[in-house]
Amino acid sequence: MSNRFIPNPKEAESIHILREVAAQFEKPVLLFSGGKDSITLVRLAQKAFYPARIPFPLLHIDTGHNFPETIQFRDELVAELGLELIVRNVQDSIDQGKVTEERGRYASRNTLQTTTLLDAIEEFKFDACIGGARRDEEKARAKERVFSVRDDFGQWDEKNQRPELFDMLNGKIHQGQNVRVFPISNWTELDVWEYIQSEGIRIPSIYFAHKREVFFRDGMIWTANEHVYRESSELVEERMVRFRTVGDMTCTAAVLSEAETLEEVVAEIRQSTISERGARIDDKRSEAAMEKRKKVGYF
Amino acid sequence: MENRKLIKIATAGSVDDGKSTLIGRLLYDTQSLTTDKLEAIERTSRQRGFDYLDFSLATDGLVAEREQGITIDVAHIYFNTDKTNFIIADTPGHVEYTRNMVTGASTSQVAIILIDARKGVIEQTYRHFFISNLLRIGHVVVAINKMDLVNYDEDVYLKIKSDFEALVEKSDFEVDQITFIPISALKGENIAKKSELMPWYVGNTLLDHLEVLEPSDLHESAVARFPIQYVVRPKTEAFHDFRGFAGKLYGASLKVGDEVTVLPSFNQTKIKSIRFFDQQFDEVLPGASVTISLEDEVDISRGDMLVKAGQEPHSDKQISATICQVNSRPLRVGDKFTLQHGVNRVLAKVDTIDAVVKTDFSGEEPAQQLRLNDIGKVKLRLSKAIHFDPYKSNRSNGSFILIDEGSFDTVSVGFIS
Repeated sequence: MSNRFIPNPKEAESIHILREVAAQFEKPVLLFSGGKDSITLVRLAQKAFYPARIPFPLLHIDTGHNFPETIQFRDELVAELGLELIVRNVQDSIDQGKVTEERGRYASRNTLQTTTLLDAIEEFKFDACIGGARRDEEKARAKERVFSVRDDFGQWDEKNQRPELFDMLNGKIHQGQNVRVFPISNWTELDVWEYIQSEGIRIPSIYFAHKREVFFRDGMIWTANEHVYRESSELVEERMVRFRTVGDMTCTAAVLSEAETLEEVVAEIRQSTISERGARIDDKRSEAAMEKRKKVGYF
Repeated sequence: MENRKLIKIATAGSVDDGKSTLIGRLLYDTQSLTTDKLEAIERTSRQRGFDYLDFSLATDGLVAEREQGITIDVAHIYFNTDKTNFIIADTPGHVEYTRNMVTGASTSQVAIILIDARKGVIEQTYRHFFISNLLRIGHVVVAINKMDLVNYDEDVYLKIKSDFEALVEKSDFEVDQITFIPISALKGENIAKKSELMPWYVGNTLLDHLEVLEPSDLHESAVARFPIQYVVRPKTEAFHDFRGFAGKLYGASLKVGDEVTVLPSFNQTKIKSIRFFDQQFDEVLPGASVTISLEDEVDISRGDMLVKAGQEPHSDKQISATICQVNSRPLRVGDKFTLQHGVNRVLAKVDTIDAVVKTDFSGEEPAQQLRLNDIGKVKLRLSKAIHFDPYKSNRSNGSFILIDEGSFDTVSVGFIS
């Protein structure tokens, strides 16, 4: 009776990266958004350190405009796995006068969360922040390293990145610097969905088709809600939709979908011809939007 | 995730060889370009007044590049076919290329070297092939591009093939590791679709060829190397005394009951259990990140290595290596660095710089220092012995990086002789 373990190469690489983080840094943290990518990271971290517990806390930067389903899911997951969760609120940064709420049609707290994140990094002296970004999401992400060194201002200098050779990760940093770590850099959207399916990972209900009050603008489907600016001419209707990414309500567009089960969602992704970030309103601002946000310390 | 085979590809070409176009074409032909990306390409191509779709727009990422119209760093691009996941490490082709191509190639099993059919084998081709040879990449595809601009002429193809074969003679490659394919990335000839304009070519299309490759590295010798990344001590009720050694396995499989040597202590023990998450296995295949526990209480910490008894690697405090300088800080005799070998770190001092190696296969010359993009031969003295295999027989256990003690930048990558 011989059972052989045949590795999944992308999973093995991600676990290798998470173990390097635990070994090379003193205060790592996992940036948790409640989205499928950060939920996948939590599963990978469980696997990396089992039977020990995950040796770092989760940090959620709450914009206050999250879908309630996501927050509920977050709290259940943390309780179930016995994880430590730290929450810092964009509202507090606004109340302290550190950032100013955006106004108008495209008002969003998405860019504001950078300040809250950098403050949290300083408060807890985190030296490594693990994120669920993938290189296939967006062109500027395609050049991101697995270990991405940021200065005190959280800035990314794309011209001065450390080359990453073979499996060797260099996490040596100076006081005040920190490293953003992307263990699922090499996964595609489909990889993540297939993994969620094969592992039986639970995800928030908004990823599945449901009835929702929405309105249409610029060819995208927006959630009709008190947090999302809407002109009186923009009519609200109830449609069957689901979300492909989960950010906050002001920057995450829905897609029309009838996919109510994981199997149906994965089948839909396989056939899909619209890229995932195509449903991110924040990227639509300009073609170089992501690169500009990264330079100032965005995830 | 479905267990598709994973093939990593490094691409190399000069500025105008059409590399970005080739990658864009591969994405297009495998239906990996989404509607919105395709629309962006169509829109921008129209704005710029092109007669055809500029697929290179699919990959040129950063603002600076879009302005200059050239790729400046390593970008990673993903596409799937039914059976295979592909990752392309796209590296730039201009003069300052060495560092980036070495980086991209270090994780690749295949290199695609692009040649402009109108220009033939040029100095850049020598360099790209030299690096493929230095890094012992398993397969090289020589893609002779822009065949549409030479009337799909077989003689042009044959001339370039024969020029390139002369280069292969000077390398360590076997003939069967090199494949020549005449293509037009712009027109999609011999990419996914067999070209009717080149009936004289009887081989596979590029995509068919990439699909039949196996990820196994031809040059990875079949000995197991298990560098320990992290010691797992749960200290929970259920796993009170558990002590596991977490790492990634390279080279060959390990089994429960195998006699192993622990390096650097040279203690001998046996494998008691192999765990992956909440499951236990009798055997683990290379490439897996697992947790191993041992029969005896032996002192082990991060950076140590488990190997099968009788298959111990070399152990030495002095090593000879070929180095590629990947940082603008030059490397000089007497310089001190942190040397990272896998997950193990020791201090290193440069004893001698024996030569700088010319990347056009024309030999070596003496050197006082190694500058960015130089490849040179050096001897290093280490604070503690490392346990290595020559790079020729083992990529993972035969390579290292040097980290600057001041900036903490990765300044060199080394291949142990």
